Order: sequence, then structure tokens, then C-alpha cells
Amino acid sequence: MTPYLLCLTLFAIGLYCVLRKRNLIKMIVGIIIAEYAVNLFFIMVAYRVQGRSPIYSPEARITNMVDALPQALVLTSIVIGLATTALLAAIAMRIYEKYKTFDITKIRELRG
Amino acid sequence: MEVVNIIPLFVVLPLAGAFLITLAGKYLKRAPDILTNLTTFALLAASIFSVRIAWQHGVLVYNVGAWQIPYGIAMVLDGLSSFMLVTVNLVAFCISVFSIDYMKKFTSKWKFGSLFLLMLAGMNGVIITGDLFNLFVFLEIASVASYALVAFGTEKEELEAAFKYAVMSTVGSLFILMGIVFLYSYTSTLNMADMASVLIQKGGGNITLLVSVLFIMGFGLKAALVPFHAWLPDAHPSAPAPISAMLSGVLIKSLGVYAICRIFFNVIGVTPETLSILMFLGALSMVIGVYLAIGQWDFKRLLAYHSISQIGYVFLGIGLGTPLGIFAGLFHLFNHSVFKSLLFLDSGAVEYSTGTRQLKEMGGLSSRMPVTGATSLVASMSIAGVPPFNGFWSKLLIIVACVQAGRYGYAFWAVLASVMTLASFTKVLKYAFYDRLKEAMSQVKEVPVFMKLSMSALAVVCVLAGLLLIGGWNDALLDRARDVLLEGTKYAVIVFKGIDLG
Repeated sequence: MTPYLLCLTLFAIGLYCVLRKRNLIKMIVGIIIAEYAVNLFFIMVAYRVQGRSPIYSPEARITNMVDALPQALVLTSIVIGLATTALLAAIAMRIYEKYKTFDITKIRELRG
Repeated sequence: MEVVNIIPLFVVLPLAGAFLITLAGKYLKRAPDILTNLTTFALLAASIFSVRIAWQHGVLVYNVGAWQIPYGIAMVLDGLSSFMLVTVNLVAFCISVFSIDYMKKFTSKWKFGSLFLLMLAGMNGVIITGDLFNLFVFLEIASVASYALVAFGTEKEELEAAFKYAVMSTVGSLFILMGIVFLYSYTSTLNMADMASVLIQKGGGNITLLVSVLFIMGFGLKAALVPFHAWLPDAHPSAPAPISAMLSGVLIKSLGVYAICRIFFNVIGVTPETLSILMFLGALSMVIGVYLAIGQWDFKRLLAYHSISQIGYVFLGIGLGTPLGIFAGLFHLFNHSVFKSLLFLDSGAVEYSTGTRQLKEMGGLSSRMPVTGATSLVASMSIAGVPPFNGFWSKLLIIVACVQAGRYGYAFWAVLASVMTLASFTKVLKYAFYDRLKEAMSQVKEVPVFMKLSMSALAVVCVLAGLLLIGGWNDALLDRARDVLLEGTKYAVIVFKGIDLG
């Protein structure tokens, strides 16, 4: 149970970062943390205690394998996260060029 | 060629188009326009053909890489998917014609073309897929392309809006992924049909409750339902006009409304509680959206707030859960796609000719820009629900459905929101198009031919869409889509039967 709670804490830290931090880069880091928490959770769901890797071989009896599918899915999800992060960082850089600051309280062209 | 092979084309064509544009677009000047328009036209033709196939065969299943369900990824074409495909690709085609002329003022048009097609590939993928994780992947493709497109102007305003949109939308995606993880760990499958049948056997319990909450938060963020709407009024006006039209017209519907409908009705199975939550959030968005819209003086911002309000109507209709309610909700979804994209294109045309978005600076434009003036009149009357136009029929049906279901309170709010919509569009028409011609506006010219063409085409659809209610048409399109939602979790059985046919 404890690993799941720690994972939830990690997610909460990420969300807190996104919601409360004023620096654009720290917000991006918050998103990365929250993303990793979800990915970690996905891997933990598939984990079995004392499980072996899911590779088929003729002689070995297949018992107690870990679930391989989530690992493949998490790889996809990490790649998606990479694309999002890269785009966010690029936008943050352009914002810095325009405003000379990363502080969101000073970047206020739009309302609501 | 077997008829089932048309299904993957909806994703393959735009992806190939995007690839070719990046390859050729830098060197050949006309290539981006030609490729974008050819692709969207082919998609429109294919989607109309898909309605015919879905009508003949019922459900068609395409197994990607020949892996059978539930091991591989399946793509499923049924009434609801083909209905959504027609909506998305019709609007996308008109918008790509519009952007031939509109995007001339931007540099690097090929980037626009390829991002546009990527976003289209993502949306078509969300609609056509039968696999929950695959839905998430396509959703992210469409979202990432749309973040980049919102920032396309790379001015202060666009960048800030894009950052805000990207952060909020990514958080929404995380909630969706979390929900998918919970569902996978409970059912050990990702295929939607298989998942539905496992959930029926094992019974839902607390896990579906948790997952429902996560999905309402995640997809509600994508659909801009009211407590999650804060990004939309910034992001939609900041994008170039064709992209605003695309985002407001179809992106929030295919990523938000369609995904919620598919997952709640066909996979998890609706309960009266989820329906009443959807209905309540819908009514809330409807009223708050239009209330915020009335005070706006920026043309595109006003339209963005109306998008929130109209999405509320769609959710109210679908949330009623009665056959007429769902029918009306889906019909309003189609109508809103058409008239809202037309309105955004009109605002783009006005901005193209006059260089401003402030209603107070315009005036008397319809004498200088007759086509833009006439098409905005049609679109405004449609969105406000004035009788011969399409918006009237769908709003009327939603209100009738509310009364039939005994929800008189919701019916009252729907009428009130409709009256307020009419008031706010009277303001737009008066200030922008029918007031005295201002001195500064006397040299304004009408927009180029392709923009006129696409706006007129959408206006014609606005006028004629009421015909969808007549017998044969509604059989093929709307009734089929409604039946998919009404059959609920029997979806699993139907999809598995579709495999035997294929």
C-alpha cells in the first residue's frame, strides 16, 4: 500500500507545483513530476512480487510473469510527455524573449 | 478492395499529407495549399462514403496489423463514428479552403498545413478508434498540434494563451490517463468492447465511480465545461481565424463530447447520477457562458464564450438520456460545428480586411463586404435560434425533450440562454455590420475569392441542415448515431458480432 500512497504524494506535489508556482519553468517541472507519477503508477499496477520477465522460452514453465503491456504503454506515454514538455519549453523561451521574465504575475496581457 | 479497408484511411491520409507537406513545402510554394486541400477533400468524400457503409453494414471492425480483438488495436466504424467523421471533415474541408487566402500573411505556411493535418489526424483517430489507450494517444496528437497552432502567431498574446492552454490541457490529459490506468488494472484489457463486457460480468462498484470522476474532469477540461473552461476564452481567440474555427467548431467536440459519450454510454455504462451531473454541468455552462459573452467587445472573444454556452446545450441534450434528448444533442453538435466555424471565419474575414477585432471600431461593414455581412447574418440567426435556420430546430428539440422528460427548470434555462444569445448577436450585427459606415472603414475591401467561397458553402449548410430532420436523411445519419448511444453497453456484443462480418 505504501508505494501507492507515495506515488499519490508525488502526483500531488506535481499538481501543487503547477497550481501554485509563479515561474513558468517551475510549472513545467511540476507537469513533468505529475506525469512521472502517473507513469510510475501504471508500472506499479503491472508489477508482481517475485515476478519474472515476460519472455517466452520452451523449457521454462510460465508462472508469475509481470504484465508486459503497461510497460509498452508507458513508453508511449513518456514519448508523448517528451513532445508536450519540449513544446512547453519552446513556448516559455519565446515568452522570455518577449517579456524578459518567467514570472507569470508580470505576464498579464489576457484577462480571465 | 474490401470495404473495411476504408477505416484506417481516416488516420493514414492526413498523416501522409502532413509528412509530404513538411517534405515538399519548403521548396514548392503552392504545394502546402494543394496538398492540404486535396487531403481534406479526400477525407470528406471518404467520410460521406463511410455513412453509406455504416448504414449498410451496421458495425465494421478493422484489426490493425491483423491482430484479433482483444489483443490488437481495433478501429470501429459505426453510426456515431461516421456521424462525427462527417461533421469534422466537412468543417475541416471548408476551413482548408478558407486558409488558402487567409494564411498568406503568415510566413512558413507549410508548417501551418502540416500541423493542421496532424490535428485532423488526431481528431479522426479519436473518433475511429476502438481502443482506450489508443484514444489517449490520438487525443494527445490532436492536443499537441493545437497548442502549437494557438501559438502560431508568436506574439505576446498568442504565446501566453498557448502556454495557459497547454498547461491546463496537459493536466486534463493526466487525469484521463489515470482513469485509463484504473480501468486497465480492474479489467485487464484496453479494448473498449472487451472492457464493457468485462465490466458487465464483474460489476462496476467503486472503481467505476472513481473513473467516472477522473474522466469527467479530464474530458470536461477538453470540452470546456464550466468549472474547467478558463483556458478557452484565451486560447480560441488568439489562434489564427481558421484554427479558431477548427478548435471551437470540432476539436472540443471530438475530444470532449464524443469521448465522454463513447466512454460513458458504451463502455462504463451510464447511471442516472452521471447523467444528472452531465446535465447540470451542461446547464451551468449554457447560462454562465452566455452571461460572460454579453459583455464582450472583442469579436472573437465573444464567439469563444458562446462556444462554452453552446457546448452546454449539447451536454444538456445528451444528459437527458431520452431518445429525443440524445438526438437533439447530437443534432445541435452538428449545427454548432457549422455555424460556429462560419462565425469564426467571418471574424477572420473582418480582421483580414479591417485589421481589428474590436466591435466598437467597426460599423456598417455589410455595405463594403456584402458576402461576409450576409454569411454572418445567416450564422448569427442560426446560433440565436431564429426559425428557418438549423440552430432553431436543434434548440427547439432540446427544449421539447426537456419538457417531455419533466425537467421544466432546465427547459426554462435553455430558453433564457437562447434569448440572451439572440441579444448578444443583435449587438454584434448592429455594431459590426449594420451601423453607420465609419470614416476609417470606408476603404475596406471584400475578402478574396476562396474565403468567400468557403463562407458561402458553410452558410448554405446552415440553411439546409434543417432538412436532416426529414425521413430518409435522419435515418442514415442522426438516428444511427443516436441508436449507438442508446444501445449502451450492448455495444460490446455488437462490436464482437461486427468482427464475424468483417
